[in-house]
Amino acid sequence: MEEALFFLSAIGALGGAFGVIAMRNPFYSVLALIVHLFSLAALFLLLTSAFVAAAQVVVYAGAVMVLYVFVVAYVGGGGESAWEPIPGQRFLAPLLGIALFVELSVAVLSSSLLALGEDGPDVQAGFGDPAAIGRLLLEKFLVPFEASSILLLLAAVGAIVLAARRKGTGDTPDEPSPNREEGVPTSPSPTAGATS
Amino acid sequence: MNIEWFVVLSALLFATGALGILLRRSPMVILLCLELMLNAGNLALVAFSRMVGNEQGQVFAVIVMVIAACEVVVGLGLIVAIFRRRLPLNVDDLRELRG
Repeated sequence: MEEALFFLSAIGALGGAFGVIAMRNPFYSVLALIVHLFSLAALFLLLTSAFVAAAQVVVYAGAVMVLYVFVVAYVGGGGESAWEPIPGQRFLAPLLGIALFVELSVAVLSSSLLALGEDGPDVQAGFGDPAAIGRLLLEKFLVPFEASSILLLLAAVGAIVLAARRKGTGDTPDEPSPNREEGVPTSPSPTAGATS
Repeated sequence: MNIEWFVVLSALLFATGALGILLRRSPMVILLCLELMLNAGNLALVAFSRMVGNEQGQVFAVIVMVIAACEVVVGLGLIVAIFRRRLPLNVDDLRELRG
């Protein structure tokens, strides 16, 4: 039963991940990432970490993905051009990806962590539930917790500053022209044509 | 279930995210691939926390989620700013800072 659940979620997570990098339209990439995140939440549940799984679904698959969908709808994702600036990028990149996977696997599996091949110790019923995580966050990890909250505030302020409209910097308050939806820069910046 | 399986799956997901960053040129998809890599790290953290039988790794995973949310917010703000200035949304065209 546990194995079946693991392989189902693993297939979902891997399929979602490959969907993210294979879809031409960024909107479908976001949808594939949502599948990936739900499968990861199931994997977290298999690892008896209920709070992380719930946070994954609520925060990631809920809030963050809604943000993504809004921005994709605003920017209007189009397909990318097939033009490759680096020759052979399409063949070199999978090679490097496979090399990275092999390297990571060798690094982890050849380590002397003997407990890797086991199921992990038996844990009591409250392992990883919100009460335990909250106790850790508010007692042992209080300073990182507060630091991350300050970081979140800074990120929100930074995003407002970055995306705010201001005058005199080339911003155009009107609606973007419809040819931007093709994804092909029809009127690129002056430097884009010069460098290619 | 062996912890090994989870760790190898997380390595595979991490490599997939890196592959996406190498392959794709839309900054939005690159942000999504960063999410993939962060989530692979999260999976490894939670798996190791289960292996040790200690919840502190899960607290790490929660903090990583916060960092990922910050990164998404700033990245999407940058994308909106790029779009407002009518620059091409393509990381190969946005290379004025390249040396």
